[in-house]
Amino acid sequence: MSMAGYETIIGLEVHCELKTETKLFCGCRNAFGDEPNTNVCPVCVGLPGSLPVLNQKAVEFAIRIGLALNCEVKWSNFHRKNYFYPDMPKDFQISQYDLPLNEHGTIELPDGTVVGITRAHMEEDTGKSTHLGGSGRIHGADASLIDYNRSGVPLVEIVSEPDMRSGVQARAYVAELRAILVAVGATDGRMEEGSMRVDANVSVRKPGDPFGTRCEIKNLNSLRSLQRAIEYEALRQVDCIEAGERIVQETRHWDEAAGRTGSMRSKEEANDYRYFPEPDLVPLAPSAAWIEEIRSALPALPKARRQVLVGLIGNDDQATLDLIATVVDRDLDALVVEAASAGAPAQLAVTRAANELNAEGVLPSAKSFATTCQMEASGALSATQAKAVLAALSETPDADPKAIAASLGFEQLSEDTLSTTVDEVISANGDEWARFAGGDDKLAQFFIGKVMAATKGKANGKAVISLLNERRSG
Amino acid sequence: MTTAHDVAAQVRSGHTTAREVLEQSFAAIAERNQELNAFLYLDHDGARAAATAVDDVVAAGQDPGPLAGVPIGIKDNLAMRGIPTTCGSKILDGWKPPYTATVVERLLAAGAVPVGKTNLDEFAMGSSTENSAFGPSRNPHDVTKVPGGSSGGSAVAVAAGFVPVSLGSDTGGSIRQPAAFCGLVGYKPSYGHVSRYGLVAFSSSLDQVGPFTTTVADAALVTQVIGGHDPADSTSMPDGYDDLLAACGRGVAGLKVGLCRDLLDGADAEIIERVRQAAAVLEAAGAEIVDLSIPELRLGLSAYYLIAPAEASSNLARYDGVRFGLRVEREDVAAMNVATRTAGFGAEVKRRIMLGTYALSAGYYDAYYGQAQKTRRLITNALDAAYEKVDVLLGATTPTTAFGFGDKVADPMSMYLSDLFTIPTNLAGHGAMSVPFGNSASGMPIGVQILSPGRRDDRLFQVGAVLEAGVAK
Repeated sequence: MSMAGYETIIGLEVHCELKTETKLFCGCRNAFGDEPNTNVCPVCVGLPGSLPVLNQKAVEFAIRIGLALNCEVKWSNFHRKNYFYPDMPKDFQISQYDLPLNEHGTIELPDGTVVGITRAHMEEDTGKSTHLGGSGRIHGADASLIDYNRSGVPLVEIVSEPDMRSGVQARAYVAELRAILVAVGATDGRMEEGSMRVDANVSVRKPGDPFGTRCEIKNLNSLRSLQRAIEYEALRQVDCIEAGERIVQETRHWDEAAGRTGSMRSKEEANDYRYFPEPDLVPLAPSAAWIEEIRSALPALPKARRQVLVGLIGNDDQATLDLIATVVDRDLDALVVEAASAGAPAQLAVTRAANELNAEGVLPSAKSFATTCQMEASGALSATQAKAVLAALSETPDADPKAIAASLGFEQLSEDTLSTTVDEVISANGDEWARFAGGDDKLAQFFIGKVMAATKGKANGKAVISLLNERRSG
Repeated sequence: MTTAHDVAAQVRSGHTTAREVLEQSFAAIAERNQELNAFLYLDHDGARAAATAVDDVVAAGQDPGPLAGVPIGIKDNLAMRGIPTTCGSKILDGWKPPYTATVVERLLAAGAVPVGKTNLDEFAMGSSTENSAFGPSRNPHDVTKVPGGSSGGSAVAVAAGFVPVSLGSDTGGSIRQPAAFCGLVGYKPSYGHVSRYGLVAFSSSLDQVGPFTTTVADAALVTQVIGGHDPADSTSMPDGYDDLLAACGRGVAGLKVGLCRDLLDGADAEIIERVRQAAAVLEAAGAEIVDLSIPELRLGLSAYYLIAPAEASSNLARYDGVRFGLRVEREDVAAMNVATRTAGFGAEVKRRIMLGTYALSAGYYDAYYGQAQKTRRLITNALDAAYEKVDVLLGATTPTTAFGFGDKVADPMSMYLSDLFTIPTNLAGHGAMSVPFGNSASGMPIGVQILSPGRRDDRLFQVGAVLEAGVAK
């Protein structure tokens, strides 16, 4: 299998659950993980005579998403998408069709690629089916259980243009999109809980040829699955073409364990959705004033937040950009900026924030974080010691790092003590010193180890090296 | 026969009790309901509890509301908590809604006493009640004749004297046509004036709840209770309606009445004659009569029979055997859906689901549903233009008086034509009223129809009250 001579064309459809208190068309709680069928009412189980009423907060979130994706926010309406499925209580889904709320947007990926956003429209989620027995799919199941807690949860479906060319790029797109959606407060972005669900449209072609026939891959529950599935699917299509076969336009299912996509074709898929305007709702016509109010209240977006850190550090090599992206994704950038303004070296603060701080747990105060970074930079703490202090700060975020260092026995050796210890180690290991002095740099680690042993780990590795080099050149 | 006004006045003043009125109602029902099949279900316990509550309020020296102790029949497509709601269909077998329709809540809050659920054509699709899965209702004026439909049971319940008031729903004439056939006042409010929350949908953009009464003033009284904005219905209009009761006493002096040829042509000669007499009564009361034609109204029937079935095909998808009502077990879900729907729906409902599904299908949408929506706009525009010249329109409610059982069952088109004059109002979302205006030579009631521009339903009550007084002379 090889992609030689081909390029992959990828467009993504991302369903994002909105983090509203209540559902899209009723007052039921919008919550993940509650006891099944407890957050339900006549509206969201589609009882006869019930009617939908649009949740204004969901519209506000959807507009925030549209604005953050540089879309035009437009006069729109809802349509019914008609098809039979047991977890869809009305046997139609209220969605948007030819007049979506948001259209014609863009996302700029960290590598500078601009991906077009075709539309970002509102719709309601379905219930959640669990099929017992058989393969776990509806066909051949012994019984199906349906939880309607999810039925009517507000979704925004974000459809991209076919502007991506690799699994890595698709992954970067979803990561960036997720960061934007989380930043505007519209979603928690938890892919593993299904609050972001991705379908990928994949085709291959020889550069310059028209687009090939595409397949849609479903069940992509993580960034890793997304990238793997796209890479697998592109290779599969190239193999088909090279073997003289035609690609069949179809929906395919990603099997994470087997690492392959499989056909989902079945007769139910030959659906004619018979879209028509939802007569139980009035058009969705947000006023220009409301749109501007939402726009002016938008928080800083991930790209701008990353640029702030790049500016602080003054360095944009790839490793630094990756660390910065991690810090912004985990919402740690405000802490870093504050620590830097309190005197912490920005590069070190970003590195420690990306690698040592637990964004889900308790974070150190900016002051404590800044002090720890400063202590490490000045040599008062070794890297290992600084990490231990940060770990301790997650228990007592406001504690003084100096006190923590002392309580952990990290009191700094005086320069004289260290200097004396280095001299003692040199005289005790004459042969090794001769080789080091003769240019065998590998022996630096040997001496550091000895000094560490002699000081019970309290020495700063960098300080030891500089003393060794002084002795060697002196 | 007593009116809702009289009952409420006597109960509020303590001259009688709600329980007494209710027991009289139950007695009348017990005597003749088996023959007439107006009620499908009687809520003896709930009604007695409601009546007792009203009496307690009176005894405590407080006011139970404008409909104190008035027994009311509720069309069986309106949800009442814990009470079977069948829509005249086997597919809702055993279903008891866990909630109550807004209109019924409002009736209860005004002191009314819902006594039970009335018969209808299945899912309100029909003009005779012959499509009810529970047998047709019979016209009390001649039991060999249909009462009209779809709200036939509600019409019979009032015409037979079981209750002074009942609620129906009107999608293409389902209140006005049976009101005309049974000699009652039947009023379809402007779309959005009365909440649809809890009304089982047939065609969402056309459905509207309204009353059957024996007097125009009672129709105003009931509508003032059930009408008004409901946040649970997104298509519900803001408040700001004129006082309909006051309009009943306003007279018609200076009002311009359009006698509309297209709401007469094709009607029986004696019906046309009655409409002309009605025009004369209005003229004598100071109205100006203008002859006019709105040829676009003739397009209404075709547009209606695409739009209503299209919406119905979607609204009725939820009867799939999964969550409530009938389920015919099969090996897998898709087969269960098909078996349930095949067994649960009657022939007319299936016909309309198929019509509607076809009209919305890829490749046919523009030619059918899309074209019908344009026609709907054309009719609305034509009516708007007419209302630049006149204040209301006058015509027949139905082309014929009540027909016999089986007369039109074999030919759906002839059945559909009985709604020819009522359909345009629904398409435009306007209000309209049928007022009884004498009988045919064979003794069957004839209804005269009044149409008004949207949200000017007060004019219907002005005109209706004058006609009611005029025919009594």
